[in-house]
Order: sequence, then structure tokens, then C-alpha cells
Amino acid sequence: MNMNDAPLLIEDKGLTIAGKTYRSRLLVGSGKYKDLDETRAATVASGAEIITVAIRRVNIGQDPNAPSLLDAVPPSEFTILPNTAGCYNAADAVYTLQLARELLGGHKLVKLEVLGDEKTLFPNMPETLKAAETLVKDGFDVMVYCSDDPIQARMLEDLGVAAVMPLASLIGSGMGILNPWNLSLIIEQARVPVLVDAGVGTASDAAIAMELGCDGVLMNTAIAGARDPIRMARAMKLAVEAGREAFLAGRIPRKFAASPSSPMAGRVA
Amino acid sequence: MQIELNGKPHPLPDGATLDQLIAGLSLAGKAVAVAVNRQVVPSAQWPARALAEADKVDVVRAIGGG
Repeated sequence: MNMNDAPLLIEDKGLTIAGKTYRSRLLVGSGKYKDLDETRAATVASGAEIITVAIRRVNIGQDPNAPSLLDAVPPSEFTILPNTAGCYNAADAVYTLQLARELLGGHKLVKLEVLGDEKTLFPNMPETLKAAETLVKDGFDVMVYCSDDPIQARMLEDLGVAAVMPLASLIGSGMGILNPWNLSLIIEQARVPVLVDAGVGTASDAAIAMELGCDGVLMNTAIAGARDPIRMARAMKLAVEAGREAFLAGRIPRKFAASPSSPMAGRVA
Repeated sequence: MQIELNGKPHPLPDGATLDQLIAGLSLAGKAVAVAVNRQVVPSAQWPARALAEADKVDVVRAIGGG
């Protein structure tokens, strides 16, 4: 073998959700950017193929020709993931996604989140389960924001959701991966993709999530709220890739003992 | 007659259709979805869908969000 030939690495097979495979394991939100140009630039820099959007009432009387989000990140280029952010019960969440499906021409892949209260934005799991059941029966492919509780995650899986997305810490908090053990329990048992949704603050948080064996990471504030969102988007892309590679490579076990990296034999000392 | 459009009172001529409402808002051809009394109405059905007094109409679009 020529010394200049890099050994062939087995390529990551990609992230498959509801039968479609994506190269990028980073999903991004489109909220909190200063304008649509920045939204687009950061999304492109992140390498993400799936981008979440919110569904809201049109402001009547506002210039109907103002540029819209879907012009900046068109469905021809990205997989649009409509979410139910701001919904506090199952009925509102289902209604929001029925509108989204019509808006996006019959699009089935959606993100369900049913919140419990405004202080924590923690998921209301009984309402989340209720909405998930209705949506699955109605033919939606449902990715679900959920608590990091392996039992609730299994209940969602049993309903037939497309992915479970436990929070790593509170939405928008940037507190990082606070309970890696719970995430590990969910990952270990899961038969559908597990994505960390919420809580990532910086690149190392995303890498840790991927090293744990998560199938992907969804984030918004960590990128949009950074001093330089476009640079942070690239950092997150690299972190998700690095974390995935490290997971596939298999880390060394932790041990409380030193082990020299250089051979002892042949020392001049 | 008066309907409720996105949570606010909105006057309309009697017998107006959903199609006419959307055109009147300059939203024809825009990326919006519409529901009447929380039932989604596909855009193909807007011309045939007459509105009635006190109907609650939601017109939504996609905006930035996580």
C-alpha cells in the first residue's frame, strides 16, 4: 500500500427518517435570526437538509409581497419540518399540522411539540402522546419533542412515530447535555431515530450528543443566538460530524491510570 | 356580514366565497393555508366555499421557528 493512500473509511450511512435518507445529521430551526438573509446563510453553512418552521396567522394588512421564509429556504432545496411550537394541547397541535400539510402541498413529515408551561417549555407528555396517536393515524410522519424519559419514548415508538426527540436541557437554555444517562437508555432501546432536540449551547454539546449514539441533533438558539451565527452554524456541522465519527470509531474506555504512549524499550535514558 | 378573520372581526359582502376573501387580502397565489371553523379547506375548494355570518377563518403561513 502506498503510504499516501488514506485507508478507506466506511461511510456513515446517513440518517433515515420515515424512509428518506439524509446526509446531514444536523437539523436546524429558522427562528430568532435578524433577517431572512442571515437565516439562509446560517442554514446553508450548517449543511442541514431539514429545517423547522413555525406556522402562524398572517398579519392582515401587512405587505403581502414582503419576502417570505419559504422564499429564503425553499422546499425545493430543503426538507421543511413544520412544528407546533407554542401549542399547549393536543387539539391545537393537530390543527396546526393539518394547516401545515395543506400549506406545504401534502407534506407528511412534521415536528410535534406540545408544551407544558411557559416557564420551562417542558413537554406535556399526556397531550403529546394524544396528539401523536391522532397524527400517526392521519398519515403523518411525526418527529416528537419529548421528555428524556425512556418509558415515554417507548410509548411514542409504540404509537408509530418517525423519531423521538428528547430534550437535553430546557429549550433555548444552552445548558447542554444534562442527563447523558437517560439519553443512553433511550438510544439503547430505540427502534426509531433518536435526536437531541433542545438544550445544545455550543459545539461540544452537539459532539457529546452524537458520541452518545444519537442519530442526530436539532437546534436553533445555539446557532441563531451566537455572536456570529454563520460561523456557529459551521461549528455545529463539524461538531455533529466529529461526534458521529467518534461514535462509529468507538472511544477508549475511561480508566483511572496512566498508560504511556511511547514504547519503553530503546530509551537513551 | 361579519366573519372572524385570524381572531379579529372582518366585514365581508353577504355570500362572499373563500376565494374572494383571499383575493381581497392580496394573498392569492401566496404560500398560505386556510381553515374555516378549524376545518382545513384545500385551495382548490376556495371558489366553491361560501362563507357565512360568524365563520371563524384562519389564514396561516410559515415563519421562522425552532
